This record gives sequence, C-alpha cells and structure tokens, in this order.
Amino acid sequence: METLWFWLVSVMVAIYVVMDGFDFGAGILHLFVAESNEERREVLAAIGPLWDGNEVWLLAGGGSLFLAFPKVLAAGFSGFYLAIWLVVWFLMLRGISIEFRSHVEDGLWRHFWDSTFAVSSLLLPVLLGAALGNVLRGVPLDASGYFSLPLWSDFGLGPHLGVLDWYTVLVSLFALVTMAAHGALFLAWKTAGPVQDRSKGLAGRLWALVLIFWVLATLATTAVNPAILRNLPHAPLAWLATLIFLGGLGLVFTGLHRQRFLLAFLGSGAFILGLLAASAACVFPVMLRSTLDPAFDLTALNASVGQHGLRVGLAWWLLGFPIALGYMAFLFRFHRGKVSAAAEGEGY
Amino acid sequence: MASLETPRGTNMGDPLFWHRLQFGFTATYHYLFPQLSMGLAFLIVVLKAVGLKTGDVRYDETARFWIRIFGINFAVGVVTGIPLEFQFGTNWARFSQLSGGVIGQTLGMEGLFAFFLESSFLALLVWGEKRLSRRGHFGAALALWGGSWLSGYFIVATNAFMQHPVGHELLADGTYQLASFWTFLLNPWALAQYAHTMIAAVVTGSFVVASIGAFWALKGIHLPHARVNLKVGTAAGLLTSALVAFPTGDLQGKLVARHQPITLAAMEGRFESGPRAGLTLIGQPNVAQRKIDNPIQVPAVLSFIAYGTFSSDVRGLSAFPQDQWPQNIELLYYSFHIMAGLGTIMIAIMGLAALLLWRGRLEGTRPMLWVLMLAFPFPYIATTAGWAVAEFGRQPWLIYGLLRTAQGASPTVHAGQTAFTTLGFAGIFVVLGLLFLYLIGREIAHGPAGHQA
Repeated sequence: METLWFWLVSVMVAIYVVMDGFDFGAGILHLFVAESNEERREVLAAIGPLWDGNEVWLLAGGGSLFLAFPKVLAAGFSGFYLAIWLVVWFLMLRGISIEFRSHVEDGLWRHFWDSTFAVSSLLLPVLLGAALGNVLRGVPLDASGYFSLPLWSDFGLGPHLGVLDWYTVLVSLFALVTMAAHGALFLAWKTAGPVQDRSKGLAGRLWALVLIFWVLATLATTAVNPAILRNLPHAPLAWLATLIFLGGLGLVFTGLHRQRFLLAFLGSGAFILGLLAASAACVFPVMLRSTLDPAFDLTALNASVGQHGLRVGLAWWLLGFPIALGYMAFLFRFHRGKVSAAAEGEGY
Repeated sequence: MASLETPRGTNMGDPLFWHRLQFGFTATYHYLFPQLSMGLAFLIVVLKAVGLKTGDVRYDETARFWIRIFGINFAVGVVTGIPLEFQFGTNWARFSQLSGGVIGQTLGMEGLFAFFLESSFLALLVWGEKRLSRRGHFGAALALWGGSWLSGYFIVATNAFMQHPVGHELLADGTYQLASFWTFLLNPWALAQYAHTMIAAVVTGSFVVASIGAFWALKGIHLPHARVNLKVGTAAGLLTSALVAFPTGDLQGKLVARHQPITLAAMEGRFESGPRAGLTLIGQPNVAQRKIDNPIQVPAVLSFIAYGTFSSDVRGLSAFPQDQWPQNIELLYYSFHIMAGLGTIMIAIMGLAALLLWRGRLEGTRPMLWVLMLAFPFPYIATTAGWAVAEFGRQPWLIYGLLRTAQGASPTVHAGQTAFTTLGFAGIFVVLGLLFLYLIGREIAHGPAGHQA
C-alpha cells in the first residue's frame, strides 16, 4: 500500500510537471515568439483556459503527499522554507499576470503583465528543478526527521549545503531548457502563422540544448547519488521508464522533422514523464534522502500514515482521479484545433 | 497578583508569534475573496436559472456582469489561497506531521474533487458564453457553484477536526490516525459550521449585489439591471441573514457551549459561574479584575441561548484552569460581539428593504438605497469576526484538547524566516488589493453593458 501511494504521488507530480510545464514554456517564450499584442493574445488563448487546471495537479499532488506521507511534507516544506515561498510567490504572480492582462486595453498595462508572466514562468522551472536536484542529492535530515537549508551557501557539495549548489543549479538549467522546449512544441502545435513559425524554429534549437543538459545532468546525478546506479539493475520500472523517455525523445525529433507538432509535443510529454518516473524508480523507496546517515532517510515505509488512512484515501482517489482526467480531456477537446485570439473583452 | 508571564507566541522574537501572525493575516485576507465567490456563485446560478426559465434577458445581462466580477474575485481568491495550502507544511510542520493521517484526507479530497472542477470550468464560465449553448453556460455556472461549495466543505471539515476532533485514534508514536472516515467527514461540528459559513457567504453576495443595485438606482443608470440586483439581493439577503443567525448560528453556539465551555465564557466575558446568565450587549472585558466594565446585559438570555432554559448554569472562566483560557480574551469577546451585533443590524436592514420592495417602494426610497449601497462591508466584517471567534476561541489549542498551538509549529524555521515571508505577503497583498479594487471599479463603471460600452 505504501508502494502504491509512492507511485500515486509520483504520478501526480509528474503530470503536474508535464501539464504546467507547457504553460511555463509558453510564458518563457512568449516575448520571443509573439511580438504584437494580437500574437501574445494568441499565446494566452492557447494556455488561458488550461493553466489553472494544470496548476491544480500541484495542489492535488501536494494533497496526496499530505494524505499519505505527512512526515515528508512536513520535513520538506519546512526545510526548504524560503525556496517554497519563492515558488508560491511566483505561482501567484504567474496566475494574476495571465488573469489580469486581458482586463484593461492599455499598452503599458499589458507590457507590465507580459514581463511578469515571462519572469515568473522562467523562475518557476528553475526553482522546481532545484527541488528535484535537492531530492536526488539529499538534504541534511537528522534524527529529529527535520532539516533546514539556506537558499545557498558556497555552491559546493561540502558539509554546508544550500538549496542551490553547482549540481542543483545544473538540474535547474536542465529543467528550464526542457520546459522551454516543451512549451515551444505546444505552441507549434496550437498556433498558426508567425507564432508557429518562430516556435518551431526555437523548438529545434532548444531540443538540441535539452540533449546536452540531459547528458550533463545524468552524469552529475550518478556522481552525486551513486545509489541510483546501484539501484538501477534491480528496478525494472526504471528500465520501462527509460524506454518511455527515450521513445519520447525519438518522437520529438521525428515530429519536428515531419512538422507533426502534436506528435512531437506528445513525445516531449513522454520524455518528461519517463525521466521523472525513472528517477522515482531509482530512488524508491527513499522520498527524502539524508546526506548525514541513510538511517535518517524518509522513505515510503517509515513516513507513511496508517494502513486504514491509506486504504480510505485510495478508495476516493480511484473515484476522483478519473474525474480529473475527464475534465482535462473535455477541456482539450473543447479547445481543440488551432487557437486564435478572441475579440477584445471576450477572452484572454 | 498571579505572575504575568508572557504566554508563548506573543513575544515578537518567538517564531510562533510570526507563524500565528502570518496564518491569521493570510487566512483573513484570503477569506475576503472566497466568501464573495461562494455567495456570487450561488446567486449567478439563481440569475441564470431565472433567465433560462423566463427568457428575461435582464437576468442574463445581470448574470454576465456578475460573472465578470466573479472572474476577477475568483482569480484573487485562488492566488491568495495557494499560500494557505503550503503553510501546513512550511510553518506548521509538526502539526502536519502529527495530524496528516487525519486531515490529509480532506485536504487531499479538496484538490481532487473541488479544485479540478472549479479550475476546469472557470474559463468556460467567464469567457465561454458565446461558444456554449445557454444550457451549457448554465452548466458551467453550476460547476463553479458545486466546486466552490465543495471546496468550502473540505476546508470547514478540516477546521472542524481542529475545533472538535472526532474519528481519529492516537498512536504510540504520537501521531493521529484516521479511525473512522465517516465520523471524521460528517463531524457534527463540520455540518453546523458548514451551514453557517455557506449561508454567511450568500449574505456577503446578497449585500454586494444589492449594493450595486442601489448604486445604479441612486445614479439613475442601468435601471432595469439595478431593479434585478435590488430584487435578488434583497430577497436572498433577508432569507440568508435570518438563516445565518437561526438556526445555524444558534446551533453553532450550542456546540461551543457543550464542547468548548471555556470559549463560551471568554466570548461573553463571563468570569463567574451561575444560573440565569445574562447576555452582555455592551461592555469592556477587564481581564485583570475579572469583570466587565460598563455592562448592559439582558438577564438570563445567555443561559437560554447556550442550554435552552433560562435557569441553566453557565460556567465562567474562573471555573477553569487559567492555562486553558484562550490567550486573547479581549479580541475574542469583541469579535463575537461585533459578529452578533452586525448580524442583527443586517437582518434589520434587509427586513426593511424587503418590506419596501414588497410594497413596490424600494427604488423610490432614497435613504434606504443609500443604506443598502453603503452596507456592503458589514457582512465582510461579520464573517471575519466570526472566523476570529472560531480561531481565537480554539486557543490555546491547535487541535482542541489534544495539541497545543505552541507544539504545532515547524521546529527548524526561525523567526527571521517567517518575519521575512510575512512582510513579503504584506507587500504582495497590498498590491493585489489595489489592483483588485481598480479592476472591480472599472467593471462597475462599465456596468452590465459589457466591455464595449
């Protein structure tokens, strides 16, 4: 049951990254791929009806973590205190940027929100990438089950760790280019005309960068957390996940080559999903690794709530999860096809 | 004199002080928005239902105006609500660790059942009227009503566990685990508090709707829509202002009397026990001398409200150990009296307005329109005060009778961190509030005719 919940939480977080990832990507790129107000509204029309639902995967994933592994939530959120609040503040800023921009027809007003949208979309993957880096690297959890990390110390992996060090910054940059590349494919799929042309031009270059950072981040991860390599032979799910992300990568380049952007976008989703699943399979059952002593690791087994709670939670989760997927499918179907900017006052 | 030791969490160098201030501030600010969202969601459904049934376009146009207000209000509600979800882990880690086995259920359910529903249909409600059929758009309104009220239940049920914990068991490792899901979910405290809170949200919505109607009527603009707003706002306002006091508020009071008698004593500033307890209408609690200064009381009414007979004995604070008293008796006392006092005034306002409406004289009675226009802050103040009663009244407990507030904070977070984020929120919320008022002001100036006007 604990194992199942480890995977349910992982799946929800991974869906969050794939779904909100293209919102981030669109936000990072929109200043470059969309120049006129009309073009920017096209980008917003593509993600406007979707971003809020996408963000809910983070809240729902966090809720599931709370339900099943409150110790991990408590240690992680209080230990990464400032980093968590930066994420929250940029999520807030990103949200109001999208929602407020359309309400006033004024050049300055819109320039302001375009910039805040871009900045917050750029910093969120950096922070979330650092979070992944910290989970893979480990944190100084002690016998109390808690830790505290400053945002940075000396950027080294020595005894005084910070949220940001050379390794987690590398993972951050990997996350940043991946989200941008993912968003570029989404825009290439959903838009037409000049926005699409610029998006697909950028997508090719960004995916080349993704490959470079992927190799670097993978090598660095095996150096920082050698347990991952040791676990790999015993983790069949990691092999499956590896197949998925390699297949996804193949689809991305095939799709780009054949100008089939939905295919490429699905491939990039599979790449992100597979990569996160492979990471989860390699660290399982550890959820928060201690750099001090493996005995202090918080794992799916020692951090979970009682069996009754897990079973009850599963019952309603099995009811709620398909409903959530159903809403998502409905929204994508309702907004199918290429987007065009709505008339003023009738859309984002 | 007993030693005047500072209670924990009131010293500004103590992280607990900042944790409490941050939660109180962010929760209070956040709840200004969802109460209108939940109230308006219901009233929008009513307006659209009438429009759908009668074909009267004034109702559809009025609904369209309120949906634009709803869109802005909801967005601010979402962004100010995110911090509250995260605070469980960041600021109250020990509490989350110990009680996650229970309250993780409702918080998880809120994400899966309520947030997805709301977020998926919000854009369709706000921007989708032209692309959807009339019924489809009505469906989106229903989805937002259902989602926001469902969300409300999960939050109230979580709070109810903190007020009156049921359905749990204590394990040897000190954590609380779920013992009975349905007992926990259908906590009698949650049911009463939910009814009280949701109806209060419609009171807020009704006063806001009536206020805009009165504003337009006084200005002599958008008169057909002003009429709809006055009609719907006043009718719903009278009904819900009455229901929020009786039976829901009354029920809530009886639960407090039974399960939190210390809180009841502090709410009323009652220091000594005895039968035929009077209800204090006006007076200032003097905690050091254990009395109410300048009291104006109605004899025996408190006994009746709390226990159903005029002769019941109502215990005062002296009957309980002082380390179990709520820490801020003054603020608790005033919060309760402001809530109850404003509640009474609101019933009077809506009663009078409804009488005039019924006689067909509301639009011609300008003094009444002035009152309606200016009265919209009352439900906001009363609701805020109501939550203050619940939360100050819960002190010194985080989970009533089980976990002290001082034991729930994050062990590794220091005051410098929490002070920093609290100040950050203060800045963000000021900017957000100004932007909100600017956008809402523009919408009101545009009126029901829409953006092109």
